[in-house]
Amino acid sequence: MTLALVFEQLLNGVQLGVMLFLLAAGLTLVLGIMNMVNLAHGALYMVGAYFAITVSQWSGSYLLGAAAALVGTLVVGMLVEVIALRTLYQRDHLDQVLATFGLILFFNELMAILFGRFALFASLPSYLQGHIELFAGIRYPLYRAVVIIVGLLTAIILWYVVTRTRLGMLIRAGASNRTMVAALGINIRLLYTVVFGFGAALAGLAGLMAGQIYTVQPGMGELILIQVFVVIVIGGIGSIRGALVGALIVGVVDTLGRAFLKPMLGAILPPIAADTAAPALASMLIYLLMALVLALKPAGLFPARG
Amino acid sequence: MRNAVFWAIAIAALAALPPVAQALGQGFYIDLVRRIMIFAIAAVSLNLILGYGGMVSFGHAAYLGVGGYAVAIFAFYGVNSGPLQWAVAIGASALVALAIGAVSIRTSGLYFIMITLAFTQMLYYLGISIEEYGGDDGIRLKSRSQFPLLDLNDGVQFYYVILVLLLGCVYLVHRIVNSRFGMALRAAKSNEARALAIGFSPYRYRLTAFVIAGAMGGLSGALLVNHTNFLTPDYMHWTRSGEIMFMVILGGMGTSVGPVLGSFALLLLEDILANWRDPRWIGEHWQVILGPLLVLAVIFFRRGLAGLFQKNDAS
Repeated sequence: MTLALVFEQLLNGVQLGVMLFLLAAGLTLVLGIMNMVNLAHGALYMVGAYFAITVSQWSGSYLLGAAAALVGTLVVGMLVEVIALRTLYQRDHLDQVLATFGLILFFNELMAILFGRFALFASLPSYLQGHIELFAGIRYPLYRAVVIIVGLLTAIILWYVVTRTRLGMLIRAGASNRTMVAALGINIRLLYTVVFGFGAALAGLAGLMAGQIYTVQPGMGELILIQVFVVIVIGGIGSIRGALVGALIVGVVDTLGRAFLKPMLGAILPPIAADTAAPALASMLIYLLMALVLALKPAGLFPARG
Repeated sequence: MRNAVFWAIAIAALAALPPVAQALGQGFYIDLVRRIMIFAIAAVSLNLILGYGGMVSFGHAAYLGVGGYAVAIFAFYGVNSGPLQWAVAIGASALVALAIGAVSIRTSGLYFIMITLAFTQMLYYLGISIEEYGGDDGIRLKSRSQFPLLDLNDGVQFYYVILVLLLGCVYLVHRIVNSRFGMALRAAKSNEARALAIGFSPYRYRLTAFVIAGAMGGLSGALLVNHTNFLTPDYMHWTRSGEIMFMVILGGMGTSVGPVLGSFALLLLEDILANWRDPRWIGEHWQVILGPLLVLAVIFFRRGLAGLFQKNDAS
């Protein structure tokens, strides 16, 4: 276990964390502002991945595929909001969970009809292939580095929009008092649709970048969605800052656990026991972490105000 | 009164099904209804905490899995004694429910939904990573649970065993809900602050109900593994939890007939859609039809099927 390997796995953890953050940010905005649980957020991520992969294969241009993923999920998200979810804001969480569960079934099967059930692999354009040298001979895949940078940039832009612009002010005002904002002459329904659409586009961005790292197939959204829930619970519902910190913690813990738990357990346990226990423990690690955080801080690390 | 009429008709119909199906040469229906009744037991148990206790548990499939694994692991080592297997299935599920509940019930609302989901997911991954018992691929049950005087390999006998257990569970939940304990549980659901002011702490009542529901879920897991002769971690897949939750809501939560009606409605609908042959794509991609139907049911059909039978809710 060399230092270079630890460093590389650490970066991989940050890369996973960044993807989780893009999903968690949209989900936590919708949760904090509309008080709406959207299980179908993972489906939007999947839709984004499919948009990216089909358009870039059809046109031969990665950037065109990227644009299609962002715009496509924005539009699909807004449509879903207007058609199905808008009526559910006033309902309790149970109804929202069930309705969005129905949406997941629909989207997963729709993708299976359109593209088949087998996994698709996206290829990288030549300018994103290869490795970069970080320092002292430590090399890291260029694409993953780009993912990290794009994710962190998005986090900064999001922070700026929410805290420093008029739109962000409206979003925050809508979160604390919907009626008052409407009384001041703001079209709150439209605002909600826009916020939902941008949350969907963030999921689409994550899906777009996921295509080259994981496989694209129906149901891919739910695999990551439950991790995103863990992120939100750890970070605190409704808090973007919490989503970022939670996502990085979950990404790093999960990645390091999968990479190093086996050799570490192997040092204290007999090899056969370590072989069995390590993968089990590694996949349970983030849930144990969540239980621990909740035992200490029931409202998450960064509880949203109000 | 309507309730009594409903149950009289339902019991008569379910009891008459095997001979009628056999006479018509449609043994397939015995199998189907057996499976539906097993899920109805899970739905009845979820209804205790969801409908009466107000705890939106999105992880009820965990107990199906624990119950299933208990039976399958005993069978794997050649221990086929039914009473032992089922007792351990129920006990282990109760213990797991105690552990999950002790942490989850401290939270409420959205956190509760997500935590129960996450714990179940944790068990799911545990099931996947234990290669000894099949891991991802699952494990075949070599022999069904063995009972004195009963033979579960006989489909009709097994059917009646499940029917009796289902009715037992419905009755048990009915008794629990109408006992002093049940009143406290329902009081904590409708007004927690008042419950605290009267001087009882909802936590203990909720946790007890959670454990009872988990134990009952374990029973349905033990039945399910005997029914399918096969166990995979998919027993605990989160979509399973969603399905069981849907059965309760579709039927009408907080009613005694609701979960049973809901499981019949959902699973029959699934069966009809999955076997649709004209046009073929519906049968292959039935979920694309089911999904929007579920969304519509949530939006427009708020009181559930039980609302058709009962004018207003007792609870």
